[in-house]
Amino acid sequence: MKRTLLVLACLGALGASAVAAGTPAPPKGSASISLPGDIGMAFKPGPGVGAAQANCLTCHSSAYVSTQPVLSKAQWAAEVTKMKNVYGAPIADDAMPAIVDYLTTQYGKP
Amino acid sequence: MNLGRRDFLAGTGAAFAAGALPVQARADSVQFPFANGERPLMAFPQKRPMIVLTPRPPQLETPFALFDQGVITPNDAFFVRWHLPSIPQQVDATAHRIGVSGEVTTPLLLSMDDLAKLPAVEVTAVNECSGNSRALSSPRVPGGQWFNGAMGNAVWTGVRLRDILDRAGLKPSAKQIQFDGLDAGVFPATPDFKKSLDVGVARGDDVIVAYAMNVAPLPLLNGYPVRLVVPGWYSTYWVKMLSAITVLDHVDDNFWMKTAYRIPDTPDNAVAPGSSGFPTIPINRLRVRSFITNLSDGGTIKRGTQELRGIAFDGGSGIKRVEVSTDGSTTWRDATLERDYGKYSFRRWNAAADVRAGTPFVVAVRATANDGTTQPVTQGWNPSGYLRNAIETYKVSVS
Repeated sequence: MKRTLLVLACLGALGASAVAAGTPAPPKGSASISLPGDIGMAFKPGPGVGAAQANCLTCHSSAYVSTQPVLSKAQWAAEVTKMKNVYGAPIADDAMPAIVDYLTTQYGKP
Repeated sequence: MNLGRRDFLAGTGAAFAAGALPVQARADSVQFPFANGERPLMAFPQKRPMIVLTPRPPQLETPFALFDQGVITPNDAFFVRWHLPSIPQQVDATAHRIGVSGEVTTPLLLSMDDLAKLPAVEVTAVNECSGNSRALSSPRVPGGQWFNGAMGNAVWTGVRLRDILDRAGLKPSAKQIQFDGLDAGVFPATPDFKKSLDVGVARGDDVIVAYAMNVAPLPLLNGYPVRLVVPGWYSTYWVKMLSAITVLDHVDDNFWMKTAYRIPDTPDNAVAPGSSGFPTIPINRLRVRSFITNLSDGGTIKRGTQELRGIAFDGGSGIKRVEVSTDGSTTWRDATLERDYGKYSFRRWNAAADVRAGTPFVVAVRATANDGTTQPVTQGWNPSGYLRNAIETYKVSVS
């Protein structure tokens, strides 16, 4: 922290400036972490939950759904369509209605 | 230079001031003031407990009370936002390379040792997510439902992007510079996350390839070993785990530029809710904002003369003025600006207020930047919930 203060104290009011002696060098070696996965989060139970689990959870946790505002069926349909057509999720056409109905029932408004 | 406690926050172990947390905070969760605003608090690797928007990919928000504790946001409390699910959990800086290719005379493959041979520069700059405060959009919009903590201010050390581009030699055909990192989608069809800047912006004095953050290596979740830093611009351009710089002879038409992260090309970049068919442009510079950091809306304050404290920032012209109003925005008076850490940094401010018993205390804060921009009373709306910067008003009860 003392080093931080020294370096910061040298900063001027302009933008990027030359650094003082003792500044950090580019890092060497590995950094590694272990991400905690879905930290126990899961979709609510209900009709269609299997289709939601099988398709949505491949790329993201259920919190992507549960933290959204209360969306309409049209909005949920647009989201699922975007996942398939824009983000390339291989969602079978015949699974789409079940997923949209599930999301609307559990996380949306009719 | 003798710096006060509030200028810098010790890196670890700081307790959050419970009274200033947004609404009620328990040890393990936070309830934001909007529908579906429950969030767990959890320590991810190299991080202290943060507000978890989504655990996978990780999106972590800084508890707002932390911004009261110093002008610099500690690395272990700095917000995290990834788009794609495949994030390397181990990165070897020694083996890492940044490729430079495209419309250049000399393609490069740069190691960390190569970066060490270029002049080191540093800049203190705010990094704010385009979608910061999206959950406050009215009407609400789909997307990452951030409160106000998807931002932070750090000292970034690295090399000028311009120095790298000059080594490679831009051809006259160079139009935009495209940046790619190590993250990827699960499916081949998922658009890889790439962002581009016009050559003129990319060659700016302050755009750097940063290998240190607050005089330490970047946390892996903030882009170890190197990330792009574009001071004054929204975070979407600050590509993490930077691995490829491609010089394009055209305006980038990849999904993340052509379709995502765009704002209406209209006055104030706003449209009526539900609109469609309007022209758009890529999101760009940060809009001027200010916050009170030692109050939260709905919180409490003691009667008598009280100090108000906060932060302000803009897209790189610097903060000219911060004002507060305690009479429903009828009259405004100047706050005192604290030490200037540069035009891209948070600027701390303070003001005294007379708090009387009997009625709620309502206070608003408004910043004006050196470029003349200021904060609107009413927030314009756009379909992605970007650019929020309306005047913040805090209504608190008096104890």
